[in-house]
Amino acid sequence: MKIRITDRDHITGLRSLAANIMSLAAGLLAISLIFLLNKVNPIFAISEIFSGSFGSMYGFKETITKAIPLILIGSGLTLAFRAKFWNIGAEGQLLMGAVFSSWIGLNIGPHLPSYLIVPLMFLAGFIGGALWGIIPAILKIRYSINEVICTLMLNYICAEFLTMLIVGPWKGKTRFGFPGTDNLPESAILGLIPGSRIHYATLILALVSAVILTILIYKTRFGYEARVVGENPDAGKYAGIDFLKTSMILMAISGGLAGFAGVGEMAGIHKYLGYPASLSSGYGFTAIIVAWLAKLNPLYAIFSGIFFAGILVGGDAIQISLGLPAATVEIVNGTLLVFLIMGDYFLKHKVTIQFSKQTQGAS
Amino acid sequence: MEDIIVSVLFRTLVAGTPLLLATVGEVICERSGILNLGVEGVMAVGAVVAFMVTYNTGHPWVGVLAALIVGMIFSLIHSFASVTLQANQVVSGLALTMLGLGLSGMLGKPYVGKPLSIKMQNWEFPFLSDIPFVGEILFKQSPFFYLAVFLAFGAWFLLERTRLGIQIRSTGENPRATETQGINVSMVRHLCVIIGGGFSALAGAHLSISYSKSWIEGMTAGRGWIAIALTIFALWNPGRAIWASFLFGFIFVLQYLLQPLGISPNFLAILPYAATLIILLIISLKDHRKLNAPAMLAEPYKRGER
Repeated sequence: MKIRITDRDHITGLRSLAANIMSLAAGLLAISLIFLLNKVNPIFAISEIFSGSFGSMYGFKETITKAIPLILIGSGLTLAFRAKFWNIGAEGQLLMGAVFSSWIGLNIGPHLPSYLIVPLMFLAGFIGGALWGIIPAILKIRYSINEVICTLMLNYICAEFLTMLIVGPWKGKTRFGFPGTDNLPESAILGLIPGSRIHYATLILALVSAVILTILIYKTRFGYEARVVGENPDAGKYAGIDFLKTSMILMAISGGLAGFAGVGEMAGIHKYLGYPASLSSGYGFTAIIVAWLAKLNPLYAIFSGIFFAGILVGGDAIQISLGLPAATVEIVNGTLLVFLIMGDYFLKHKVTIQFSKQTQGAS
Repeated sequence: MEDIIVSVLFRTLVAGTPLLLATVGEVICERSGILNLGVEGVMAVGAVVAFMVTYNTGHPWVGVLAALIVGMIFSLIHSFASVTLQANQVVSGLALTMLGLGLSGMLGKPYVGKPLSIKMQNWEFPFLSDIPFVGEILFKQSPFFYLAVFLAFGAWFLLERTRLGIQIRSTGENPRATETQGINVSMVRHLCVIIGGGFSALAGAHLSISYSKSWIEGMTAGRGWIAIALTIFALWNPGRAIWASFLFGFIFVLQYLLQPLGISPNFLAILPYAATLIILLIISLKDHRKLNAPAMLAEPYKRGER
């Protein structure tokens, strides 16, 4: 028996989809093993995850609710990752968006009607996230500081900064000493689709952003430059691409979209600025897998965002019904990412197993 | 006053120990050309395994051994993905961290709020620990401290003074030329990732059975990421990693030292993370050719390709 490995010349969309589905299937198989070790029937657990998220109207509404931040952040990350800018800081960018928009909402909200204050809050959230995203762009290009470490440190810094605000100067009078700001005024709270927690303004924003980003990446000069920065930086330098400017813009977009997600979570779900962990709930990290599953195409991020939102919702469901710890979802996500990366190998290489004639004759 | 200085320096060494272990592991790994961003995850797995085994056997050293073995096996995921499959090392390392944090959360859940009855005892060297000042700081530490310093020197000797060390370093600098010397580049890289993982797991074990004696979710608190930054700060040299780690140990202690001054504890908690950025900024102002980064760091190597 001989294993032959050759490079594939071109990758078709269909093959890409097949590789993704195979990777996810293999990943679920590995996850089954983890369930078995926990003495949980894996078939039951996995079907429970998907029926919890897609099987009922309530579950589906929750899935869409959680898909909003994942689509926003995930599609922004596709842009950054294409330029090989490893933005791991979406958690912090989301929180900064929430901080900026909550200030606007609490201080200006009471004096303005909803149709003015809500756009203002989204603008503030975008600026907050974008600023928090531009810092690592400058540090990477100007000072060649590794952006993974930088964005991660900024996550921690932002989470502590936010906590400092809500236990200190921003602590609400109506919270009876508990951390958190007061509730936003009525005009600053995002409208929901009746009978659900879907804040539709953010949902529309997420879908529109994904479409615009797709056009930006594939049809504009900027998108082309961002791809060159990632795929062939030397050629980019010869072509006179301004790396600092390109990186700052793409990180402003990536961070800003995470900031949008922060506005949605703060003003649509929580309605006040509370603990960072419950605000961001790991969306910034899950969105990395969303972007990867989408093969760095923002349009596909809509679907992979809904898929991973389903896992989050279904994961919550089996936590309650099967008594599994909260970390189960993290394991499922981590395992799927591992298998997605491994699947890329079979996408880029053709692996054929050849049986020599002798062994065939013998058997 | 002297008491305070002794206690601050003592705790500086305690806080720096896991950083040193993880940093040295990452130095070995990166020297072979593989960037491993899974340190935080392997550390978390090491912490939970060491705790579980110590809790159930009553022998901390058995816990350490178990953490070491599991950490090395767990790192195989990254070495398989990044060496065998030539996958993107950034994403693969992140996946390892996510998976590690998740696994530690799942495994550790039954142990929340159950402290160890026996934790790793500090070593007290006879006579040496009686030396005023120095003895109290240096010779009453956890075994992990001595292990970390010993391993750091050992790693320095290995990398700088042995044949294997030259092979590891040249693998990170120029794998193609190394391969023509008859060295199996993939094997060297697998080995370095696995050894690095062992170091990270030891760092985690220190946190759960020596530094504290109970397990809480997220107890690694970004130390793995700081270790990756310290690898750069140490200029990929295990010797420099020693003082780099203990400098950061001091920054961790500084938080508690400044707390009585009425500064917000959340503001102080920012210190280690902000210091990481500041130190990377200072390093970057230096001449880049002197940084000593492995030339082929994070570049997948494909045999037979020109």
